[in-house]
Amino acid sequence: MSRIASVFRPGYKALIAYLTVGYPTLETTYEVASILANNGCDMIELGIPFSDPLADGATIQKASYQALQQGITPQVCLEAARKLRRKIAVPLVFMSYYNPILSFGLEAFCQASVKAGIDGLIIPDLPPEEGAELEATTRKLNLDLIYLLAPTSTEERISLVAEKSQGFIYLVSLTGVTGARQSLPPELEEFVRRVRQRAHQPLCIGFGVSNPEQARRAARIADGVIVGSRLIQLIEQDATFSSLKSFALSLRQALNLI
Amino acid sequence: MTVKDRQLPDSYGYFGQFGGKFVPETLMSALYELEQAYLEAQADLSFQQQFHQLCRDYIGRPTPLYLAQQLSAKIGGATILLKREDLAHTGAHKINNALGQGLLAKRMGKTRIIAETGAGQHGVAAATVCAMLNVECIIYMGEEDIQRQSSNVFRMKLLGAEVRPVSSGSRTLKDAINETIRDWVTNVHNTYYLLGSVVGPHPYPMIVRDFQSIIGQETKEQVMATYHHLPDCLVACIGGGSNAMGLFHPFFHDKSVKFIGVEAAGRGLKTNRHAASLVAGRTGVLHGTKAHLLQDRDGQILVTHSIAPGLDYPGVGPEHSYYKAIGRATYVAVTDAQALEGFRLLCDTEGIIPALEPAHAIYYAAELAAGLPQNQLIIINLSGRGDKDLDIVAKAIGMEL
Ligand SMILES: Cc1ncc(COP(=O)(O)O)c(C=O)c1O
Repeated sequence: MSRIASVFRPGYKALIAYLTVGYPTLETTYEVASILANNGCDMIELGIPFSDPLADGATIQKASYQALQQGITPQVCLEAARKLRRKIAVPLVFMSYYNPILSFGLEAFCQASVKAGIDGLIIPDLPPEEGAELEATTRKLNLDLIYLLAPTSTEERISLVAEKSQGFIYLVSLTGVTGARQSLPPELEEFVRRVRQRAHQPLCIGFGVSNPEQARRAARIADGVIVGSRLIQLIEQDATFSSLKSFALSLRQALNLI
Repeated sequence: MTVKDRQLPDSYGYFGQFGGKFVPETLMSALYELEQAYLEAQADLSFQQQFHQLCRDYIGRPTPLYLAQQLSAKIGGATILLKREDLAHTGAHKINNALGQGLLAKRMGKTRIIAETGAGQHGVAAATVCAMLNVECIIYMGEEDIQRQSSNVFRMKLLGAEVRPVSSGSRTLKDAINETIRDWVTNVHNTYYLLGSVVGPHPYPMIVRDFQSIIGQETKEQVMATYHHLPDCLVACIGGGSNAMGLFHPFFHDKSVKFIGVEAAGRGLKTNRHAASLVAGRTGVLHGTKAHLLQDRDGQILVTHSIAPGLDYPGVGPEHSYYKAIGRATYVAVTDAQALEGFRLLCDTEGIIPALEPAHAIYYAAELAAGLPQNQLIIINLSGRGDKDLDIVAKAIGMEL
């Protein structure tokens, strides 16, 4: 069983955290990742910053821009992953747009990722139609290539992703970019139900999730929730990370109550 | 726009190894829906008739193929003809595609149209068509472009469009496209993305090419009617590549006709202040398509520069990458300073003020013509008129307005 698969146990709801590597500093990434792993998070998504993050809202756009200004490259992210892997046991996945990976070389990037202790890849601008070449490599190396589904996905596309996604399926909660939201859309339950009919993988809901109540609503129907922009906002607001820590704990509590 | 002309892209949207659909999942269904709607519209005679009638009565097509006698005489080489897209309604070729896609959006029942713009010519064209079709129109434009193409911003507003400034990244065309895609991801249920060049995910490079191919179809008829033989060379500037592809594509199988695409060398190819993706870039993925791209070692997209806002883009249409790969077209680059020379040359010899984008093509064609005999025919796509660029040119040549 892969490290990612072992997170999803019957009756347990996974909490997945997203961080932009190197925002605001590399030190922050190390420290915050440890805090999250020790306070209820089951998996960490390490975001490789990209110059043109077109699926991201203002919060992650800004974080990516500043991380790039700090000189964060895919190579630096690989080193960061290697360091983190020695400190924490939870699965680590890279979230990256496709071009930095393509530029690195698909095979070389996957090999370096596995060596650094990365367990999976999430690539928001790589639909399964374009994923065959990368998939050939990830399967060989036992790296989970996690595909996404959205409320606009047709039944046909749900079947396609259910056939290809490994580790889990990332359900984009709403039609929109990343970013903390006041509320999740009313159609969420129906969307998850449609996917559940066709997919056997664990389902994790991300985009917009920013408080315990939303997390609970999402986790009632899914197997895990993904939180990103809200964490970045908390990192910005409180440099002691104590509000980040209590936020993670409050999410964990909410999920445990289901 | 016959089936024969559309052998490529393949059903996955590829031109050889270039093209595809690299977009967030949220947009995938919308792209399939668009492709389906477009293929149906293409097969529908009444849609074709409506498009062609409006091309004639609204845009003023066919645009002339003008023998530039004074320019040719001054150079003293090959004979130069100008395809006068500057005389099309709104002053550039962009209107051909905006009209075609606007009609398609309406047919699809979309109530909101969004578009990006660099030079503002596509924004003006989209706003124009939306006014005529009575559809809501929102244009994303980089702050830098808003500043240097302010007259076009005013035109868009007069036409009832909302112009949303984009302050991220290089604050030019690339960032305007990012922001338009973000809007589309958010409002995809009722919104049509009217993309302005042969870039982006499939089916856009095919759709934009097909609507712009009217340029090359007319050119072929016009040149055959007057000269009774094919031209020797077609020259066009390349931003995303739509005016060039529109001219080239109908001549694809005419192997004796050379294609030359002219990119922006900005301050020079060695300075990193240019926008010559085909000449100086390598294959990558941006804005949903795989094509030549200006990027750094790590796959981050580079900030580009050109005196011509419509050429100031780090990517290019995948079909041009394909033409380069198979050797069907040659791609070259012309600097800001040389483009200004081309600009003045056409003003002086022909009394035509070109846009700075085709001024790149004019410069290159003039150099090329100088070394060729008079019986050689070179056709330049004069993709737009220069009214929008007067401030930039005045500043560049130090003239008080
Ligand atoms: C007059 C004119 N020519 C050319 C271009 C470049 O675009 P493309 O390469 O798609 O023709 C533009 C873009 O704004 C333009 O306004």
